[in-house]
Amino acid sequence: MARKKGRMSQEVNAGSMADIAFLLLIFFLVTTTIASDKGILNILPPKQDPNVPPPEIPLNERNIFNILVNANDQLLVEGEYLDNTEKLSDDVKAFILNFGAPNEEAQALFNSLPQSLKAQANRDSKSSDHPMSGGAVVSIKTNRGTSYERYLEVLDQVKRAYFEIYAERVGITADQYRALSGKTAAEKELQDRGKEGIPMAISIAEPDKIGGS
Amino acid sequence: MSKFKKKNKVSENIPTSALPDIIFMLLFFFMVTTVLRENEMLVEQKIPQATQLQKLEKKTLISYLYVGKPKNTAMYGTEPRIQANDVLINTSDIILWVNQEKDKLSEAERDMITISLKADREVKMGPISDIQFELREVDARRVLYASVGKVQN
Repeated sequence: MARKKGRMSQEVNAGSMADIAFLLLIFFLVTTTIASDKGILNILPPKQDPNVPPPEIPLNERNIFNILVNANDQLLVEGEYLDNTEKLSDDVKAFILNFGAPNEEAQALFNSLPQSLKAQANRDSKSSDHPMSGGAVVSIKTNRGTSYERYLEVLDQVKRAYFEIYAERVGITADQYRALSGKTAAEKELQDRGKEGIPMAISIAEPDKIGGS
Repeated sequence: MSKFKKKNKVSENIPTSALPDIIFMLLFFFMVTTVLRENEMLVEQKIPQATQLQKLEKKTLISYLYVGKPKNTAMYGTEPRIQANDVLINTSDIILWVNQEKDKLSEAERDMITISLKADREVKMGPISDIQFELREVDARRVLYASVGKVQN
């Protein structure tokens, strides 16, 4: 009996194994979502204590780069009307790297910058003093009626200016700099060297309520 | 005994010519029924474009908030709403939701929680700033404005 049964099924038909494999492959290909956890990171300011008024930090007008976006998505950058955001990042970059009145520390920072970035310093006394903390701040103020898309576009351009500076400082492209994960020591070092002394000072003001929804 | 012999002689192997068809049928079945998202989207999602994208390393730290116009406008109206997990919530519920999300994380990671704000490009800044205000209240200050890549000019 046993021997007969053994002869009955000689081997499993493996001809369709390939099909099954393809089926599985395609199934997983289809069900796997390519995680798109990409975006623009923004750190919100800490919450305000209603009893304690926000600390007054004296900042000169020349150290603030004002970007206003109204409810019709129109831009007012440093008091001038802009149609689109194309040139915004260049303006921001010029503002950050202005070095109008650097103190000793900022002068040391300036000396440490590569030649290509030094050349961008306009030394305009009407623009920012230095990019270190207490210096240049980019302020974005929106309206409640501003579209989210426009806001992100502006924030994107401001971030771009900073990332380009950081990347140029360490001699890589902005794309490469943003891709640094900081996981390995070498990457972390590059990251830190890029932003050392030039904090990403982007202030996002509470939107005003006029004309919004 | 004779019975077994007979069976042995009938046929040696199963016909496999129809197997690919069956497999393709299965494949199509799964393709149609598989839900790609864990959460059913109740709000419209046209993610805005941006160039300066950054990728987050730790996926476990990310919690998602979806903002947009409800798909079912007859039931929820046309004003932008917030979706957390698979329900629509009000702005005032965000604090509760964030605390629930924080509870899922370990003690050390709680401060590192990142809220991925997947907002529709049609949304106005009003609701967005309300959300941000609530997030500040509950001390979940890392916000990721989810966006898709755009070719840089």
